[in-house]
Amino acid sequence: MSEIKKEQTTTHKIGIYLWIWGLLFVLSFFSYMVDWYQFQGLLRWSLILLFMFLKAGLIMAFFMHLFWERYALVNVLLWPMTAIACFVGLMVAEGKYTLFSRLFYFFVGGQ
Amino acid sequence: MSEPKIEGYKFKPGYSGMAADTASDQTMFKGVHWGKAMMWIFLLSDTFIFSCFLISYMKGRGSTPEEWPNPSEVFALNAFGVPVPLLLIAIMTFVLITSSGTMALAVKYGYERNRKMCGWLILATALGGLTFVGMQAFEWSKLIHEGVRPWENPFGAPQFGSFFFMITGFHGTHVSIGVIFLFIYAYKTFAGHYDEGKRGWFTSMKGDYVEIEILGLYWHFVDLVWVFIFAFFYLW
Repeated sequence: MSEIKKEQTTTHKIGIYLWIWGLLFVLSFFSYMVDWYQFQGLLRWSLILLFMFLKAGLIMAFFMHLFWERYALVNVLLWPMTAIACFVGLMVAEGKYTLFSRLFYFFVGGQ
Repeated sequence: MSEPKIEGYKFKPGYSGMAADTASDQTMFKGVHWGKAMMWIFLLSDTFIFSCFLISYMKGRGSTPEEWPNPSEVFALNAFGVPVPLLLIAIMTFVLITSSGTMALAVKYGYERNRKMCGWLILATALGGLTFVGMQAFEWSKLIHEGVRPWENPFGAPQFGSFFFMITGFHGTHVSIGVIFLFIYAYKTFAGHYDEGKRGWFTSMKGDYVEIEILGLYWHFVDLVWVFIFAFFYLW
């Protein structure tokens, strides 16, 4: 680190933070509305996931400054998280299979 | 955060820059303070822990033939005699986002060496976090009063309680730790430790406003986890 010249860290304009802040409020309000209007089924969970990923992305990109970081850091963080997302998907499928086999052997039997 | 400069090293953008940074036989995260890199790596490992909770919750909820309690009824709150679904949770979400915003501004003002503004914003963040923990304590006592236990509850599948207490409890612990540190850092900011480069008591590192950004990373992470809990536990 010593070879880096000491200089004033440049900051970003306040407008960008306020915009992101406002967007987060709006997105939170929308995701609350999903529950308020009791959307069900595909529409419900696709909207929940959409708003969730938008909020998470905005927080990480701008509040946590990942948008301005170099790829060496960004990729170290995002690939493991992508792997976790795949793991979540796998376990959802696994959970469905467990439920299926439970119900199947409860009602049909193993013989 | 900004474009770093290192003598004798040419920065390249994008993936070729990533390959060059990684293979440079020097520090890999160029221009990133070591404390910040360590915080990011800690947050990544914390992500794994929360993912374990999330995955076990999904597996548990998805594989039980028992009916899962309807969160929008369980967490409803009476306002003026009318039950409003998820009212407290919605307020908690907004409080946490507000505190996240004040934290982001505190980081900005810190880097601009605006000591007063930075200190007040950190204090506001801490108060937001405290409000959040208070509301969570209220929610816990309400549910415990209604008979929700880690092994049973009056609403449906008994696993509900254990997941609820584990996930929100672990998140609440993170918020509480964050609040303690926010108060400490607010004091350190007002006392001018980051302007003078006073050494801290955890490390011998000279005080610098980058510490505010490191604390901010932790606080935004807490907010980030709540985004996922809100979506998967309360809304789903």
